[in-house]
Amino acid sequence: MPSVVATATNVVKRFDAESGKSEDAITALAGVDFDVRAGEITGLVGPDGAGKTTLIRMLAGLMRPNAGEILVDGIDVTTNPEAVYRRIGYMPQRFGLYEDLSVQENLDLYADLRDLKKEDRRDTFARLLDFTDLDRFKGRLAGNLSGGMKQKLGLACALINTPRLLLLDEPGVGVDPVSRRELWKMVKDLTSEGIGIVWSTAYLDEAEACDHVHLLNHGQKLFGGKPRDLTGSVRNRVFRLENFSGNKREVLASALIREGVRDGTIQGNAIRLLFAENAEPNIEGLNGAENATLTAVEPRFEDAFIDILGGGPDGRSALASDYRKIEETDSPQIVADRMTRRFGDFTAAHDMNFSVKRGEIFGLLGPNGAGKSTTFKMLCGLLSPTEGNGSVAGYDLRHSRADARGALGYMAQKFSLYGELSVRQNLEFFAGIYGLSGKIAQHRIEAMINTFELRPFLNSDAGGIPLGFKQRLALCCAVMHQPPVLFLDEPTSGVDPTTRREFWQHINGLVEKGVTVLVTTHFMEEAEYCDRIALIYRAETIAFGTPDDLKMEAAQMAGAGAADNFTMEDAFIAMIENADLVRENSDQAKAAA
Amino acid sequence: MAARFSSLRLRALFIKEVLQVLRDPSTILIAVFLPIMLVFLFGYGVSLDTSAVKLGLVQQSGGPASLSLTSAYVNSPYFEVTQSNDKDALFDDLTAGRIRGIVTISSDFDRLYASTGKPGQVQIITDGSNPNTANFVSAYAQGVHAQWLLSESAQDDSARSGGIQILPQFWYNTALTSRNFLVPGSFAVILTMIGSLLTALVVAREWERGTMEALIATPVTIPEFIITKMTPYFILGLIAATICTLMAAYLFDVPFRGSIFALYALYAAFLLPALGQGLLISAALKNQFVASQVALLTAFLPAFLLSGFIFEISSMPTWIQAITYAVPARYLIPPLQSLFLTGNVWELLLPNIAILLGFGALFFILIFRVTKKKLD
Repeated sequence: MPSVVATATNVVKRFDAESGKSEDAITALAGVDFDVRAGEITGLVGPDGAGKTTLIRMLAGLMRPNAGEILVDGIDVTTNPEAVYRRIGYMPQRFGLYEDLSVQENLDLYADLRDLKKEDRRDTFARLLDFTDLDRFKGRLAGNLSGGMKQKLGLACALINTPRLLLLDEPGVGVDPVSRRELWKMVKDLTSEGIGIVWSTAYLDEAEACDHVHLLNHGQKLFGGKPRDLTGSVRNRVFRLENFSGNKREVLASALIREGVRDGTIQGNAIRLLFAENAEPNIEGLNGAENATLTAVEPRFEDAFIDILGGGPDGRSALASDYRKIEETDSPQIVADRMTRRFGDFTAAHDMNFSVKRGEIFGLLGPNGAGKSTTFKMLCGLLSPTEGNGSVAGYDLRHSRADARGALGYMAQKFSLYGELSVRQNLEFFAGIYGLSGKIAQHRIEAMINTFELRPFLNSDAGGIPLGFKQRLALCCAVMHQPPVLFLDEPTSGVDPTTRREFWQHINGLVEKGVTVLVTTHFMEEAEYCDRIALIYRAETIAFGTPDDLKMEAAQMAGAGAADNFTMEDAFIAMIENADLVRENSDQAKAAA
Repeated sequence: MAARFSSLRLRALFIKEVLQVLRDPSTILIAVFLPIMLVFLFGYGVSLDTSAVKLGLVQQSGGPASLSLTSAYVNSPYFEVTQSNDKDALFDDLTAGRIRGIVTISSDFDRLYASTGKPGQVQIITDGSNPNTANFVSAYAQGVHAQWLLSESAQDDSARSGGIQILPQFWYNTALTSRNFLVPGSFAVILTMIGSLLTALVVAREWERGTMEALIATPVTIPEFIITKMTPYFILGLIAATICTLMAAYLFDVPFRGSIFALYALYAAFLLPALGQGLLISAALKNQFVASQVALLTAFLPAFLLSGFIFEISSMPTWIQAITYAVPARYLIPPLQSLFLTGNVWELLLPNIAILLGFGALFFILIFRVTKKKLD
């Protein structure tokens, strides 16, 4: 059994409330036990606000616990933090880099601050630059690196003097799947050096790959052990529903209401269902699924995670049931007609060409900087295309841009709410800018408050309410005027699985009412909810089709044959790697000619 | 603090800070262009010279002596005289700010002068809403009167004037150019603004960009951190002060009669509280925008209004005068003006330097108090 490099015993952490009253204090951690073993990756998993960052900061000696004991390499962090600083590497959520210093200058700085010996420097720098593949960018300012490269540099700075304990606080957030996978490989390699690693995450595929996981929720530890032990708890309870005749969103909604169904998600053309313990897995009498097949599948960590958190939402969307029915029409609701956008010599999006019909969810997928946001902004009427044209809800973007904007609801990344305004003031403001007034505005606002259970927060600042409620409020504000078209920009990135399910339940409901949805994402689970997807990479559309089509195509590309075990993320990575390969080959061919 | 002080870490942090300064155009802008702009502004834009002061004059007598006194006022370079017999109209002008003062030559002026040889009554009314101008108007109006008396008695045999002669003589600033004391005085405002603005951003920036969190998790100590947050900006502050001094000497021809050593000792002593105040604000507030606003309000405004730079401290209400003792700029202006116009007046320089160092020490004690190596 590997030696333990860090332990936390019965740790309690409370934060004083702004009011200063002790009864309002927030308990971030309520007596948590935790340990990290040398040569292993220990996952710290949980939804937003679970207490992950607080625990990591206490391990790093940045905060002191109110009760309990934290030992790093046998040293008590509370009494001797200075000795602990010498034994840890810590990468905070924003990497802790100086953006106006170059890659090499950042490394020099952290080498000096961590007292790395002069004679060891050359070897260490060479090793780290090689390991992170940043050697070519030594002279570049950290601020000009891509997100993935910043993250690698952050990791290199944390590894300067080979720590005993490496603390990584949500290293996967805001980074595309390719970079995320590279980082994982790099960190995995470090375990062979005997470093104990803590990796906190809300991504459950990462959690599944850890040697040990500790699952936190609301400051309580729900599980500690090997991921497969947790996954094992839902064995024989996860099924794949296929070949049903009904609409997949309707089938999912009616399945979720049924007794005994704990959770359900759309997976391309199929539905994944989790049944309660002791419940008979049957679909008898499920509308639209009369001839469907139900096959048992391997459980994933996410299934067990949702199960231990008490199951997913029940499939009913009060928002959708109050929504107006969008008029039936055969004309496409969103059209991109050979749209191209250049900034000087740089082509940000090239020849974007697709159309989305009423009641369809269309996804724009791609790594950061691929051009999906540019395409998105052109369709919102925020950017004019250099070439080509588009339309939204039948309004031409060149001639009736204002009408087009009035017909769409827009929910931006990071929920663009006014944090200093109260929840009610936000609702009133958005009602106002969408031209609702008087009785209608009052009625809609009241309806939103009831639907989303916002009443307890009405007079709180929107910036301070829990993330899940922020997301609800942002959605409220975007659909207050009941638009026929909805634009979602990375709607659930960084959000835990429960909150994401709730969000998509509303979107699915709206789509059933005829709303057309355009969504950008680099989060692969969101892609599964889409009817069709355009995969954008380096300003080009490199793949186009339903999620199942893309998985199939990628599986063939990788020579894997069946697409059954191919996830959307696998497909994404395979296609991007293939695009890189094709480009390299054509570059070489050009060079040869 | 268990960790030992390390010169290696100190050097590393210093280099980092210098690189950040060099790469951030806004710091160079604040340290170089802001002083140039402000010295121009104060040098050309602000003037307390009375040459253009508008004065109303009421002539109630009409004899030769009063006419001669009237022409003395009209010919004075310091006044632009509006003559009128209607005193009420002039009062209206004074209330409306069209003139700054009224001189009234009373009706018995000639009679008294002719019979006794003593000058009759001249009434001087000034606009007290601007005490500085009021003082100037009053002093200059009296000066013109005294000059007139002098020239009258010279013509008319000294026996007639009571034997007392007033010979105004202005030392150190012989031409009485207000620029000569305004420009050095403005340095207090400029250096306060630059010093506090430069440092108000630097600690808050580390918090905002998340680098503070990474720094805390290294063996860096608080003294190392604060010293390296201070020194680059101290050097920049001295550069700004040098720019100011050179502009004063060569552009505005302000005389410099003290020693360079004393001048820089004074600058250095003043920069400590100026930078310290910014650093304290930055460390306490952890937000660049709020910190820069607070720095402007708490450093720039008092230095401008309460330092005696433009508004005489002695003409302020007592309780405001009490507040001025807490404004470091107040202790820079008199020794600085004396260095330029008088020379090394050590009994003025040394106590003020000591007080400034005291302020600096106070700020740094507070900075050490608010800067903690932890997040909670």
